[in-house]
Amino acid sequence: MLEIKCPYCGKRSQNEFSYGGDATIKRPQLGEEISTEDWDNFVYYRDNPRGKHSELWHHVSGCRQWFKVSRDTATHEIFDTCKMNEDFNV
Amino acid sequence: MSNNFRTTNSNGLINKDKKINFTFNGTIYHGYEGDTLASALIANGVHLVGRSFKYHRPRGFLGVGVEEPNAMVQLHDGNKSEPNIIATEVELVEGLKAKSQNCWPSVQFDIGEINNVLNRFFPAGFYYKTFMWPKSFWMKIYEPFIRKAAGMGKAPLLPDPDRYEHNYEHCDVLVVGSGPSGLASALAAAKNGARVILAEDKPNFGGSLLTDEVTIGNMSGKEWASDTISQLKSMPNVILKKRSQVFGYYDHNMTVMIERVSDHIENPSKYTPRQRLHYIRAGEVIVSTGSIERPISFGNNDRPGIVLASAAKEYMKVYETLVGKKPIIFTNNDTAYSTALEFIKNDIEPIIVDTRDSSNGELVKEVQQKGISIKFNSGIADTKGHLKINSAIIGKLDSSKESFISEETVECDCICMSGGWTPTVHLSSQAGNKLKFNDDIDAFVPDKKRQKETAIGAANGSFTLNQSLAEGFQVGFDLSNKFTDQNNPTNSPNSNEPSYEKHEKLWCMPLPSGKKPKRFIDFQNDVAVSDVELAIREGFRSIEHVKRYTTLGMAGDQGKTSNLNGLQYVSKIEKKIVPEVGHTTFRPPYTPVTIGAIVGREVGNHYLPTRKSPIHTWHEENNAVFVAAGLWQRPRYYPRGSEDMNSAVNREAANVRKNVGICDVTTLGKIDIKGPDAPEFLNRVYTNAWLKLPVGKARYGVMLREDGMVFDDGTTSRLSENHFHMTTTTAQAANVLSHLEYYLQVVWPDLDVNVLSTTEQWSGIAVAGPKSRDLLSKLFPDVDMSNEGLPFMGLVDSSIDGIKARIYRISFSGELAYEVNVESNYGLYMWKKIMEVGQSFDIQPYGTEALSTLRIEMGHVAGAELDGRTIPFDVGLNSMVSQKKDFIGKRSLSKDAFTESDRQTIVGLVPLDKKTKIPEGSHIIEDNSAVAPIPKLGHVSSSCWSVEYNNPFSIAIIKDGKNKIGKNLYAVSPLKDISIPVEVVSSHYVDPEGSRVRS
Repeated sequence: MLEIKCPYCGKRSQNEFSYGGDATIKRPQLGEEISTEDWDNFVYYRDNPRGKHSELWHHVSGCRQWFKVSRDTATHEIFDTCKMNEDFNV
Repeated sequence: MSNNFRTTNSNGLINKDKKINFTFNGTIYHGYEGDTLASALIANGVHLVGRSFKYHRPRGFLGVGVEEPNAMVQLHDGNKSEPNIIATEVELVEGLKAKSQNCWPSVQFDIGEINNVLNRFFPAGFYYKTFMWPKSFWMKIYEPFIRKAAGMGKAPLLPDPDRYEHNYEHCDVLVVGSGPSGLASALAAAKNGARVILAEDKPNFGGSLLTDEVTIGNMSGKEWASDTISQLKSMPNVILKKRSQVFGYYDHNMTVMIERVSDHIENPSKYTPRQRLHYIRAGEVIVSTGSIERPISFGNNDRPGIVLASAAKEYMKVYETLVGKKPIIFTNNDTAYSTALEFIKNDIEPIIVDTRDSSNGELVKEVQQKGISIKFNSGIADTKGHLKINSAIIGKLDSSKESFISEETVECDCICMSGGWTPTVHLSSQAGNKLKFNDDIDAFVPDKKRQKETAIGAANGSFTLNQSLAEGFQVGFDLSNKFTDQNNPTNSPNSNEPSYEKHEKLWCMPLPSGKKPKRFIDFQNDVAVSDVELAIREGFRSIEHVKRYTTLGMAGDQGKTSNLNGLQYVSKIEKKIVPEVGHTTFRPPYTPVTIGAIVGREVGNHYLPTRKSPIHTWHEENNAVFVAAGLWQRPRYYPRGSEDMNSAVNREAANVRKNVGICDVTTLGKIDIKGPDAPEFLNRVYTNAWLKLPVGKARYGVMLREDGMVFDDGTTSRLSENHFHMTTTTAQAANVLSHLEYYLQVVWPDLDVNVLSTTEQWSGIAVAGPKSRDLLSKLFPDVDMSNEGLPFMGLVDSSIDGIKARIYRISFSGELAYEVNVESNYGLYMWKKIMEVGQSFDIQPYGTEALSTLRIEMGHVAGAELDGRTIPFDVGLNSMVSQKKDFIGKRSLSKDAFTESDRQTIVGLVPLDKKTKIPEGSHIIEDNSAVAPIPKLGHVSSSCWSVEYNNPFSIAIIKDGKNKIGKNLYAVSPLKDISIPVEVVSSHYVDPEGSRVRS
């Protein structure tokens, strides 16, 4: 079970959080003309890297904030966590 | 029975003043306080405890602790019965009942032993070879046969009556194992101010110090251990846990430990849990788990009476028990000589067989000085004795040690063998540590760590006391200082121990001349040397494949005594060095764990939390039958007299259509939305337009996922300019909130909006039916309930008796209907008030079944239609989709598959006979006489008995549904073997114009 540092609450056990997918995905602008391929890339296609991965987590049983986690998908090492408007330090 | 096999000394840890009676295979024996089931049986001369897995060979004790592969028993009976319990781990308690496993009719005479005679038909991998053909035999003959033969004990069929608890702990340093290195590190870390947990599997702290003849400072090892424990006990920053096995090492230094809380207590209090599972998040973990002695493979090395030398010593020193009175010590190293000396102390002269040519170790010399001769350069070739060993064939090894030169038969009643020591690296390996092979000790030791874990002492391959203590004190200080910064190291005291000479790399004896007895490696899974040879001959090279083909190391003991011997043998035949062969993966749990302990208190009603509406007690008092809706308990229907469900539901639903009904809708999700950008946010979240919703009005809304599928629906009302009240379905309440938070925090953080769940702040009561207006007018005389005063989708605030109430004119039933919301605490009051006033309007409560009936008849979609596979078009919500603005998921709706002209749509179905109910989930097909595979047009999502038309009615989602209206199709349920001819009708079966809600 992972120990995740919520940028608002501090270190908490994984069971307080829910996973929210790739943090690098940017939603297309509202009203933007977009090809089906680009839209499908946004909706469906995700990289599945082995190693460092920027991802979203939601402190669902805590402060209910979404935030970013930089995690190694193979070892589960967490390099850094930060608020949505911040960048990772490592 | 008497304890004939007790030592005369009483320096052990049992209390001979306290007798304990127990039963094994129906015979009553006694042991003493402090005994294990194993030591008590051995003291009574009982070595035969069970039958082996495959060949049903008689088996006894090999070890003295967790490493035991053979001595598994069935404990207790009835609902407390527990299979596959290692007798060496069971503390004796008055009245304990145990019996042998895997034998019939008895452990002495077991029919299954025929397998032993037929062993040439059961080689490694026989499963894969024997049961291949004919194919038709598999289901009826092979599979039932294998099932019957599989497993050792019998799982109880009754619910577990015991109580188990979970506990969460945090500490700076967790020390696993209380041998010399563990005690040293715990002491050093604790003295340096760290929060320490020390875990010991056994009932006594001390590990090898309880059995080894050593001195530390001016104390014996045993005294030093007890002195250290009392120091630790007095420190407030230390938690000491015995009978506690750390069995799993997971991510981020999360370890899990099982504590046997009351298994050893005769009459535990009702409130004492049987076992406790501790989740320990440790800053640093010190793995001081020691080492396990390795057996040696030789002919018939599995007979009862053949034990590990260290186990024999521990039985003597801790349990005051003799494994035999005519022992043979068989070893490839010096440590077994301490067992020999212990026998000598008990006036028993052992015969010593040593594979090495010589040894000048201190203990060897001591034995020789006592006048005991040692058979060097010798090995055991074979043994005899069916239910218990009675003799051994000792052979002189040739110079290559590949065969015996001469053989002699020697009588004995036990063999104490030692093939050297294997560090217990399981936890380090589980933690991700990449092990390395250490040539000096011929075993794997932890090397490159991935987590905050440090192995010390024997677990780290440091087999001397001096080294163990030094590592313990140093590591304990270093690691604790990371947390405390107190810089207060503890010095390692002087210690004294005998010096040892090196072991010989020989773990498998040659076969005796002219015979081919089984030489076992893995006792629990009956894997012999010949099986490993066969696997390699048949081309299995990877150690992982050899493991799976032979099942070596795959039994409940996870190969604690067999893995390394297996590896060593593979490396020998393959002529590869062990590190090239590699090792198999260590996985948790290290020792078997009761399922009950893993489940903990989350059983029965406590499996999930239960949510109850504030009106719950009224429902209970009024005979409601409840149904789980997620975590909520909702009234399903309220039977009267002898009514069954169908008649109750029909009555309740019909009463709504005719008079007025009341339904508890507190469970609906409610979200408070505030902020200047709230209208814009709703406009993006919902498919329809929200910017111009007037204050004091509600609107129905549908939200999609980005993939275009309908996510949820509900009504949202505007309470003031920047304040909205959203409702969601009961099922999706939590997901919708997360969804809104995601878009506000991640996607559009520029929007100034706050969302908050208010589900539990409001109690909702639906009042539905043609008489609802009259009822509410009477209840709220100050409110204008007319169509003009409170039109459909309007809302008004009012109060009665000083209780604020918000009245919405919204309808799920399709009737003229209202929903009264009050603060939760007044829910019950308001409900009773409405019931009281409603009496004169023939009010009846209705449950979720009638609620469904009413909405299905009306063609209102709900969870069964909004199942994550439907877009708005599919479920008749086209008119909800704005063409003018963008919203979440809109772009997906223009994808090709979603705009096909024959796309699935929602329809109604009525059986042609107007009688047969159509099961939900039925498939819709055009031709029921066609040959399979028959194309499926769609499925039935919801079914009810229409109270309006008094016949069954269903909603289905079928391909090109809009062009199928008026046609006859079939609803088929292959599982129920039924096929129902149906007519396709509009999904709006009742009041398609929607005039009632606006009346």
